[in-house]
Amino acid sequence: MMKTKKITAEKIKDAIKDACLSIQYRYSPKMEETLKAYMNKEEAGLAKNILKILLENSDTASENRLPMCQDTGMIVVRMTIGQQVQIVDGSLRDAVNQGVREAYDVGYLRKSIVDDPIFDRKNTKDNTPAILYTDIVDGDEIVIEVAAKGFGSENMSALKMCKPSEGLNGVRQFVLDTVKNAGPNACPPLIIGVGVGGTMDYAAVLAKKALFREIGEENPDERYANLEKELLLEINDLGIGPQGLGGKTTALGVFIEHYPTHIASMPVVVNINCHMARHTKVVLK
Amino acid sequence: MNQISTPLNQDELNQLLAGDLVFITGTIYTARDAAHKRMIEDLNNKGFLPFDIKNQILYYVGPSPTPPGQNFGSAGPTTASRMDAYTPTLLEMGLKMIIAKGYRNENVKQSLLKNQAVYLVAIGGAGAMLGKCVKNSEIIAYEELGPEAIYKLEVENFPAIVCWDTKGNDAYIQ
Repeated sequence: MMKTKKITAEKIKDAIKDACLSIQYRYSPKMEETLKAYMNKEEAGLAKNILKILLENSDTASENRLPMCQDTGMIVVRMTIGQQVQIVDGSLRDAVNQGVREAYDVGYLRKSIVDDPIFDRKNTKDNTPAILYTDIVDGDEIVIEVAAKGFGSENMSALKMCKPSEGLNGVRQFVLDTVKNAGPNACPPLIIGVGVGGTMDYAAVLAKKALFREIGEENPDERYANLEKELLLEINDLGIGPQGLGGKTTALGVFIEHYPTHIASMPVVVNINCHMARHTKVVLK
Repeated sequence: MNQISTPLNQDELNQLLAGDLVFITGTIYTARDAAHKRMIEDLNNKGFLPFDIKNQILYYVGPSPTPPGQNFGSAGPTTASRMDAYTPTLLEMGLKMIIAKGYRNENVKQSLLKNQAVYLVAIGGAGAMLGKCVKNSEIIAYEELGPEAIYKLEVENFPAIVCWDTKGNDAYIQ
């Protein structure tokens, strides 16, 4: 029989707290490098200036321990739990929320969550609850991915239940339309997460999952990897530019996740993220 | 001209062109969703706002908390369209400049034109840098709304881009 591996709720709480704090005050090195490359490609003018200011903002944020953006997001956690792991000394969900609570307190991060979406809309004052996805797999470790999702971009995301006959062009057009519609509201340059297939809800889960990729990571299926590259070029040809004020830099990455679906449908979700792309990953063993 | 200081001067506002990068020094007031809702309720119920909005600048922001040793938290713009329903009323009362990000509806654009006011966009994602432009802050209304309270800010060299000028040019339409 496989040996059970015990991981304490406290350890999970600490990992969530550290993750929440590690993503708020500086771009990831890869994002910084990507923004610099795009800045160098822009002609002198507003677009180049805006990208320069965004890069300077990351320095200002880390030097002053101020979050890069005042919308410090809703925390989304994707937890992949090995089935030999036993979580002890507390509940998983409580540990996740406690980690978020502590990070948002000590980090001087904005508390942006309301308790009820329609009626009360009362701020919970500690940025909880987080969104928690769990997946049980083989193994004896827990992989924790944490993102702080801003809602200027979340609000511009969209779903379409495409007909199978719409095919590749249907997906392409929907992605382009969604980016055009988002325009300046989502704070371009953007990261585009696309989920195709599954059910209505699962396509959205896939689109969110796509946003956890690091820039440069491609879909392992070459057809999808090519589509990601083509869509990135087409989006940047739209001319929306940084902050929607014109330029070549509208998106920095397009990530597509796909899954089998029903004979009658082709669900597509476009989940938009801004250039912060605040996410990280930690493995507990 | 790329320096703007308060109190605002109509002649200077008229010279601003969509697409100009400008730096603002002086007093600005903050308000986002909940504060707008409350301002309009106050106006309907009491007949006045918690501050005199005539000739003022309104910035749509919900700042992060101010850490020790800082003047203010991170303070980038929020999306303007959620405030569209309230904006013409405030422009009619003499509001002269709005700073936010994103598209405005036709009603707001026409009201800006009619009232010779301007819409500027600040850089979404430059919150730390914009927060550092705040030298002084004071909550003047709706403190219970937390980050959505109305703050009176003193800013220095706060960068923003003219998006809709007094002639009706739109920087978003290239």
